Amino acid sequence: MDGSSNGRPDGSDGAGAGGADGAAAVAPADPAQALAEEWAEDAPPPAGPVANLAAGLVTAGIGVLGAVTALGLGLGTLNQPGAGLWPLAISVAVIVLSLAQVFIGRRGGDGEKFSRYSWLSLVGLATLLGLVALLPVIGFEIPALVLSLVWMKFLGGESWRSAVLYSVLVVGVLYGVFVGALGTNVPHLF
Amino acid sequence: MESLQNVAAGFAVVLEPTNLLYCLVGVVIGMLIGVLPGLGPAATIAILLPLTYGVEPVTAIIMLAGIFYGAQYGGTITSVLLRLPGEASSVVTVLDGHALARKGKAGTALGVAAVGSFIGGTVAIVGLTFLAPVVAGFALDFGPPEYAALALLGILLVSTIASGAKVKALIAAAIGLLLATVGRDAFTGAERFTFDSLSLADGIDFVPVAMGLFGLGEILYNLEERHRAVHAPGKVANVWPSRKDLKESSGAVTRGSVLGFFLGILPGGGATIASMAAYAAEKKRAKDPSRFGKGAIEGVAGPETANNAAATSSFIPLLTLGIPANATMALMFGALLIQGITPGPQLVSEHPELFWGVVNSMYIGNVLLLIMSIPLVGVFVRILRVRAAILAPVTALITMIGAYTINNSVFDVLLVVVFGAVGYLMKKFGFEPGPLVLAFVLGSLLESSLRRSLLMFDGSAAGFFTRPISATLLVVFVVVAVLPLIRAVRERRAAVPAGATAAADGSSDGASAKNREEESV
Repeated sequence: MDGSSNGRPDGSDGAGAGGADGAAAVAPADPAQALAEEWAEDAPPPAGPVANLAAGLVTAGIGVLGAVTALGLGLGTLNQPGAGLWPLAISVAVIVLSLAQVFIGRRGGDGEKFSRYSWLSLVGLATLLGLVALLPVIGFEIPALVLSLVWMKFLGGESWRSAVLYSVLVVGVLYGVFVGALGTNVPHLF
Repeated sequence: MESLQNVAAGFAVVLEPTNLLYCLVGVVIGMLIGVLPGLGPAATIAILLPLTYGVEPVTAIIMLAGIFYGAQYGGTITSVLLRLPGEASSVVTVLDGHALARKGKAGTALGVAAVGSFIGGTVAIVGLTFLAPVVAGFALDFGPPEYAALALLGILLVSTIASGAKVKALIAAAIGLLLATVGRDAFTGAERFTFDSLSLADGIDFVPVAMGLFGLGEILYNLEERHRAVHAPGKVANVWPSRKDLKESSGAVTRGSVLGFFLGILPGGGATIASMAAYAAEKKRAKDPSRFGKGAIEGVAGPETANNAAATSSFIPLLTLGIPANATMALMFGALLIQGITPGPQLVSEHPELFWGVVNSMYIGNVLLLIMSIPLVGVFVRILRVRAAILAPVTALITMIGAYTINNSVFDVLLVVVFGAVGYLMKKFGFEPGPLVLAFVLGSLLESSLRRSLLMFDGSAAGFFTRPISATLLVVFVVVAVLPLIRAVRERRAAVPAGATAAADGSSDGASAKNREEESV
C-alpha cells in the first residue's frame, strides 16, 4: 500500500521547511528531525487511497452538477457572456482537477482516518443542529445549557460537578453579554 | 506633504478612546488564542466577525488586525515552554526555544522573541507606510483585465503554496468560486444555483461561510483530538533579555525583519513560511550550524522576527490591490465588505483615515504586545490551565449566537453549522479550507472582471495579452501552474536518488503535520 511509504509524498509545505530540513538531514541525531518524527508518530494516520478516491468522486460530482445546471442557464457567446458561461468554466475545472486527483494523485494529500474519537465530533454536530432547531422555539438558554453540559461532561470528560458549574456560569455570562450588554435580538426565554 | 498629514491624521484616529480600546481588546485576544493551542487567528477572526457590524470600519479592522499579529506573539510562549506551538508560525521556534528553556533560559528565549517580534513588526509597519501608497498609485490604472489576471494569480498562488495537497487545494478553490456564483447574476439577473430558495436568492453571505469553515469546522475537529494533558509550567523568571543576548541576536533580527517583510507581501506567503525561511537562513549563515536545535538564540530571534514582519506586510496586497494574500487577509477583506468598503487602490485616497488609522494602530498594538510579552508573560502562561473541554462549548456557543445576530436569522445559524460540518470533513480528507474561502471572497470580483474584459475585447481572449500588465500576470500564472507538472515528470524520470529526498521530505512532513492551522498560509 503506497500510503505506508509515507502518506504525504509531495511534502508540499513551505519551501523554507524543505530548506531547513534538507540542511538538517546530515546529522541523524538532529533535534529537528527527532522532533518531526515524534510529531509524525503522534499525528493520526492519513486517510488513505480509498478516502482520496471517494473525496475525488464527490468533488467531481459537484462539478458535474454545476456543469449541468450552468448549461441550463444559457452560455451566451464570448461577446455577450450568458449567466451560465462562468459557472460552466469553473465546473469543468472542478471536474478536471477531481479526475486528476482520482487517477494521478490518489496517494497525495494528507487527510486523516476517522477514529473512534470521530464520534465526538458527530455528537457535537448533532447538539449544534439541536440548538438550531430549538433556538426559535424556546430561546437559547436551555439548549445552550444542555449543549454545554454534553460537551463538557460527555465529550470533554469533565466531572459532573465542574460541568454543571461551568455550564451555568457560561450560559449566565452569554446571557449577560448578548441580552444584557449588547441588547441583541437573540431569542431568549427569560 | 499631503501624505505626512494623512499619517498624522491616522494617529489622531488611533488615539480616539474607542479605537485604543478595540486595539487593546484585539491584541489581548490575539495573545490569548496564540497561547492556547487549538484555535488559530483565522478561526478567531471568523468567529468574531459579527461583532464588527456595530462599530466603525476602522475600529473593526484595528481589532481584527490586532488579533492577527497578537497571535504571532502569543504562539511563541507555548513553543518555548511546552514544546507545543500555539500557532503554525511558531513551529520552528520550538527547536531552539525549547532547548533554551531546558537549559533554564526560557526567559531569554521569550524575551528575545518578544523584542524581535516588536522590531520585526515595527520595521514592517514603516515599510508598509512607504510602500503601500506607491503600490496603490501604480494600481490605480488597473482595469478589469488586470484585476481578472491578478485575482486568478492570487488564488493559484495561495492554493499551491499552502501546505498539503496542491490538487486538493485547487479543487477547494474552484468550489469556492462556484459557491460565489450562487444567487442573482449581476449582469443578466438570472438566478443561479438557488434551487428556488428565497434565502439563497441574494447569494450566500461571506460571514456564515467563514464562521463555519474556519470557526466551527476547527472547533468540531478539535473535539475529536484526544486532549493532550497540558501541564501548566511553573513560574517564568526573568524575561528581560541581557545586553549580550540582544547583541547576539541583532543580526538575526535584522535579517528576519527584511525576509519576513518581503515574504509577507507575496500571495501565498505569510507568517509561517517566513518563520521557516528565516530559520533555514540563520542556520545556513551560522559558522557552527550544529548549535541549532540545542539552544541557538538566533534560531528563536530570526523566525520570531520574521513571522511578525510578514503578518504585518501581508496587509499590503489587501489594502493596496484589494487582493488578499492569505486566508486571514481574506477574512479582513470580508470584514471590510461588510462595512461597505471595497478594498482596492482607491482605499488610500478615498478612505485615508481608515488606511492610516489601521496602519498606525499597529505601532500602538506592538507596544502593548511588548508590554504583555515581557512583564506580564506570567499572566498569559496561567491561561494554559484553562481546560479545552471547558473552552470548546464556550467558543461554539459564541459562534452560534453571533451568527444569529448578523441578520437575526436562524437560516444563517444553520448555514454556519452546515459549513462547519463541511469544514470538518475537508480537514479529514485533506482539503485546506483557506483557498476555498479566499476564492469565495474573490469570486464575484473575478467573474465580473472577466466578463467586463470580454466585453472590452469584443469576445477575444487574446485581448488579455495586448495589455502589458495583464499579459505579464497571466504569463506568471501559466508558469506557476505548469512548472510543478514539469518538475513532477522530471522527478519521476530521475527516480534513482529517491531515498535521499524521501528522508528529507519525511522530516519536513512531521512539521507540516503539526500545522493544524489552515491559516499557516
